[in-house]
Amino acid sequence: MLAFAIRRLIEALLVMLAVALLAFVLFRYVGDPVSQMAGQDTSLEDRIRLRQELGLDDPVFVQFARFIANAVRLDFGISYQMKQPVLALLAERFPATIELALAAALLAVALGIPMGVYTGINRDSWLSKVFLTLSLIGVSLPTFLIGIILIYVFSVWLHLLPSFGRGEVVSVGAWHTGLLTASGLKALILPAITLGLFQMTLVTRLVRAEMLEVLRTDYIKFARARGLSNRAVHFGHALKNTLVPVITVIGLQLGAIIAFAIITETVFQWPGMGLMFIQAVQFADIPVMSAYLLLVAFLFVAINLIVDLVYVRIDPRIRILGRGQ
Amino acid sequence: MPEPVLSVRHLKVGFPTRRGTLTAVDGVSFDIAAGEVLGVVGESGAGKSLTGAAIIGLIEPPGRILGGEIYLGGQRIDTLTAEAMRKVRGRRIGTVFQDPLTSLNPLYPIGDQIVETIRTHTPLSRAAARKRAVALLRETGVQGAEERLDGYPHEFSGGMRQRVVLALALCAEPELLIADEPTTALDVSIQAQIIALLKRLAKERGTAVLIITHDMGVIAEMADRVSVMYSGRIVEIGPVREVVLSPRHPYTRGLMGSIPPLAARVPRLTQIPGAMPRLDAIPAGCAFHPRCPQAFDRCRVERPERLAVAPSCEAACWLYAVPRVAPAEVGA
Ligand SMILES: Nc1ncnc2c1ncn2[C@@H]1O[C@H](COP(=O)(O)OP(=O)(O)OP(=O)(O)O)[C@@H](O)[C@H]1O
Ligand code: SF4
Ligand SMILES: [Mg+2]
Repeated sequence: MLAFAIRRLIEALLVMLAVALLAFVLFRYVGDPVSQMAGQDTSLEDRIRLRQELGLDDPVFVQFARFIANAVRLDFGISYQMKQPVLALLAERFPATIELALAAALLAVALGIPMGVYTGINRDSWLSKVFLTLSLIGVSLPTFLIGIILIYVFSVWLHLLPSFGRGEVVSVGAWHTGLLTASGLKALILPAITLGLFQMTLVTRLVRAEMLEVLRTDYIKFARARGLSNRAVHFGHALKNTLVPVITVIGLQLGAIIAFAIITETVFQWPGMGLMFIQAVQFADIPVMSAYLLLVAFLFVAINLIVDLVYVRIDPRIRILGRGQ
Repeated sequence: MPEPVLSVRHLKVGFPTRRGTLTAVDGVSFDIAAGEVLGVVGESGAGKSLTGAAIIGLIEPPGRILGGEIYLGGQRIDTLTAEAMRKVRGRRIGTVFQDPLTSLNPLYPIGDQIVETIRTHTPLSRAAARKRAVALLRETGVQGAEERLDGYPHEFSGGMRQRVVLALALCAEPELLIADEPTTALDVSIQAQIIALLKRLAKERGTAVLIITHDMGVIAEMADRVSVMYSGRIVEIGPVREVVLSPRHPYTRGLMGSIPPLAARVPRLTQIPGAMPRLDAIPAGCAFHPRCPQAFDRCRVERPERLAVAPSCEAACWLYAVPRVAPAEVGA
């Protein structure tokens, strides 16, 4: 188990290093940091001095090492556009994205798993067909369209829910949460549905496929031959086996949700990192862009790592494998 | 004669398709007495597994029982509700499938799976069920039963796993055990051990056993009677000695063709030229006639019924109909 964890950790670090290189290249070579930071009237000498101060004349690998050292200390530089440390900007936006992503993931799992299990067990019932048709629609509609439709129905037409923003936010320590106010919760509903719908249909279809697969296995046949109740067979034996691969995918999707939040945040003007990233792109705000890249990659890799370790805990076969190595 | 544990009458199993119903088991009848072992042999696709599945009420849809009756200890079970039938499975009928490697849920320790089964069928407490599980594993020859209770299936060898499966099948002391090719997936060296174990456990408990196999060695080793299936029907049934040493039905003769005296172990059934017909192309008359070296006119039009050919021995073949055909045509 420990060896397995260490191996996974090293792999994760390598991935992060690769992403850091990408972010560095972006940071260093797309656009000229000096011309971004200097005004129109900065003299040539000032520009050269700035170059030296920034260390832009050092060998590339020294610059890369410095870039990584800074990133590890969470120093991502100053935003060209906002003239503030990128870290402060990210910290301000981070909770909004995380709350949105978690709400969407919760929605996807809480509805997707039961729907998948139901449609897997009751293959031919009419309700299963309804679920599957809905999930087909969910998969095929683009996110922004779902968002716009929801806004049109629930905000413009029914006046039930707000169409943009995050509502009222309360600070809990450094964390600004919208989960504690009525307006914050109301504002969360539409974006969470928009972001979570695709994932929910994905989870439904995946769980259903896995369930059908598992129900065909010999150990399920044997469990029935032992006279276990349908409940024990479906929820005791089939479900756990179904969830082993599903957990992996859901975990990985959490990273995707955070990344895809860009679109939803744009549609709903949700003040998260995704929206900030889009604005940064418009202004060629390279430090913000590369910091966002690093952060999302970090979340991806961290989630991946956690999923792997959870997987090992659930499936004893892999536990043994890991122990053997 | 005491009432048989299992009594199957005119069992018919089929699959509805767009072009009519395919009949895979057609008019199968047999009895098994307490403590008796009935072996079922026949080529692949003869309907052996389907017969077993029909008895435990677990035919996979769209397949279903089309007709006939099944009695367990005198009680008709093929008409029971799904829930009532579930209580029969595991409790009164134990089942062992072919592949011990895939019969156990990989995510649960074997002890949990045994305890779960015991508690489904008996009012025992968790602790008592655990004790019983240990005793069962000891009985089925699992070394260090107590510690191995918490082991996962993949930590056991194939032979050990089949012992665990056997313990699971027997944990509620069923009156009937159905074993569908219980040794086919195992190493040859382990097959004999499992068969010996199966035989001993069944004898000790007086369990009736239906064992499906391709292995004539298994039949010779443990069966009292044997039933030969061809194309969904029983073509010959009788005591092992009779059927193996002096087979009456031409198909059985073909199967036993090259078998030397019973003592020599022949692992597999011999090949008969030709193939068993597909379900949608079962010929009229005797289903075996296209391959039968002794087929005559009647065989092509009329389906043979099972006829007594020797004491407690029956064969479905026109060669044995009275009035008999010319003696020259009988035997070979
Ligand atoms: N779902 C199904 N649909 C149509 N035909 C089926 C289905 N399941 C089984 N059959 C057919 O039923 C027949 C009997 O199958 P069965 O499994 O009982 O054979 P078997 O004698 O056990 O063969 P084997 O020795 O290969 O295990 C076969 O011809 C098979 O093709
Ligand atoms: S009935 Fe005819 S075809 Fe069938 S086995 Fe007997 S002799 Fe052969
Ligand atoms: Mg079979």
